[in-house]
Amino acid sequence: MSQVASLAEIRETFELLSDWEDRYRYIIELGKSLPNLPEEHKVNANIVHGCQSQVWIVHRLENGKLEFALDSDALIVRGLIAIVLAALGHRTPAEVLAVDMDSLFDELALKRHLSPTRGNGLAAMVRRIRDIARRLA
Amino acid sequence: MSHATNITALRSDFPILAERVNGQPLTYLDSAATTQKPAAVIAAIADYYRHDNANVHRAAHALADRATAAFEEARRKVQKLLGAQRAHEIIFTRGTTESINLVAQSHGGHRLRAGDEILVTELEHHSNIVPWQLVAARKGAKVLAVRVTANGEIDLDDLDSKIGERTRIVAVGHASNALGTINPVDEIVRRAHDAGAVVLIDGAQATAHLDIDVAALDVDFYAISGHKAYGPTGIGALYGKESLLESMPPWQGGGEMIETVTIEHTTFNRLPFKFEAGTPHIAGAIGFGAAIDYLAAIDAQALANHEATLLRLVTDRLAQTEGVRLIGTARDKVSIVSFLLDGQHPHDVATLLDQQGVAVRSGHHCAMPLMQRLGIPGTVRASLGLYNSPADVDRLVRAVEKTRALLT
Repeated sequence: MSQVASLAEIRETFELLSDWEDRYRYIIELGKSLPNLPEEHKVNANIVHGCQSQVWIVHRLENGKLEFALDSDALIVRGLIAIVLAALGHRTPAEVLAVDMDSLFDELALKRHLSPTRGNGLAAMVRRIRDIARRLA
Repeated sequence: MSHATNITALRSDFPILAERVNGQPLTYLDSAATTQKPAAVIAAIADYYRHDNANVHRAAHALADRATAAFEEARRKVQKLLGAQRAHEIIFTRGTTESINLVAQSHGGHRLRAGDEILVTELEHHSNIVPWQLVAARKGAKVLAVRVTANGEIDLDDLDSKIGERTRIVAVGHASNALGTINPVDEIVRRAHDAGAVVLIDGAQATAHLDIDVAALDVDFYAISGHKAYGPTGIGALYGKESLLESMPPWQGGGEMIETVTIEHTTFNRLPFKFEAGTPHIAGAIGFGAAIDYLAAIDAQALANHEATLLRLVTDRLAQTEGVRLIGTARDKVSIVSFLLDGQHPHDVATLLDQQGVAVRSGHHCAMPLMQRLGIPGTVRASLGLYNSPADVDRLVRAVEKTRALLT
């Protein structure tokens, strides 16, 4: 459950990348470097519903901090997962709940990926993470 | 009436095609999901609300007369579109899905017995599977599916082996939304009738592309959506043979569909109103009528040639594009092409195409049994309408090439 890129790194890189191709190339790179979820965790119980692509999520609480592992069969979604993990991973439940994902994705010009119609399940993924945090807060 | 033969010139009838998305000119290749609407349809809907709006079949005032006349005129246009013999064989619905549910619940609910069989195919949209499962569960009937060959055609030998004396209903699409395959519906109707079954055809993907003649087909039910044929969303129709519709109980109850009501008992209105409970989508029906007029004003052969040329072009160009694998290579197809790019997820491909202004659909296309049959999670689907051009195909192919470079 390691983090591949820090939020600061991601923010900085996005600032440097002006056109969509470079930004997506970076998201794809993030997706490629996201650790794979072990196959035994890719079961129905861990699926985030509302996704056109498959997204799996597992979590555990360690020393008061929430650790998430997420995976998807779609590369761009894996890249978006890396950003979500950079923002919400390795934090206490209360810290998770305090993060404003809307404004982060707005800042990264990725806001429309959070729209419920996108079908990539990013919104459902964030909702699931917040639900878990709320239960443990 | 003279018919438009210059199909290319028709593109300018569709105001939305001037939109830009993600800073790029729009290349709309998702017409199988919904077609764009010509200005004539948009105007017909606006004009109805500006000048004629009233509830239909009720009040004695002038506007109600105008609204009713326009609504019933729209029904006659649908009748003509489908080649039905009688206007009251046309029931307005919300669309193909509701039309199929109506038949499943009313006809199926009335006629099916435990052990009866409903035959669909692996090619079907969920809308032509799930309504049958619901009524089958209620009545103890069974849903069977005819196999599809690897290239996406219905296996008629398998149809013969599955059709039998228990088969009550055969429900099949005229054209596949996922692959574009045009099914041999005349042959299927003949074989189903030989076995004593009634046939419903899901015509959602046929309406904009194929000549439909329910009388010549001798089909029992035919379901369509307005929005797949340049009309508005929320309106569709069911054609049903008069004798069958007469024998079916009402499905939904409410206003419009009744003759007299006491607290104890209701007698039902005549066809088609028996099946049109509640205030109908009047503006939608009128807009649908305008779309039918729009299509009727186009030379049918010129339109067919235009779409066939585009389908050939997009198929050939994609087949020659590195990494592309075409899914569904039936001999007869409407202008839909499904494909995969290397081992990339269709959703990733569609996301990057969208960035380039190219609107396609990705996923299982509401045909999960078909995807399971083909052993793939889904496809990228480009579906073309009358407004598309070789330039659109070119933009798609270039965008696919760029997408491949980004993903690999």
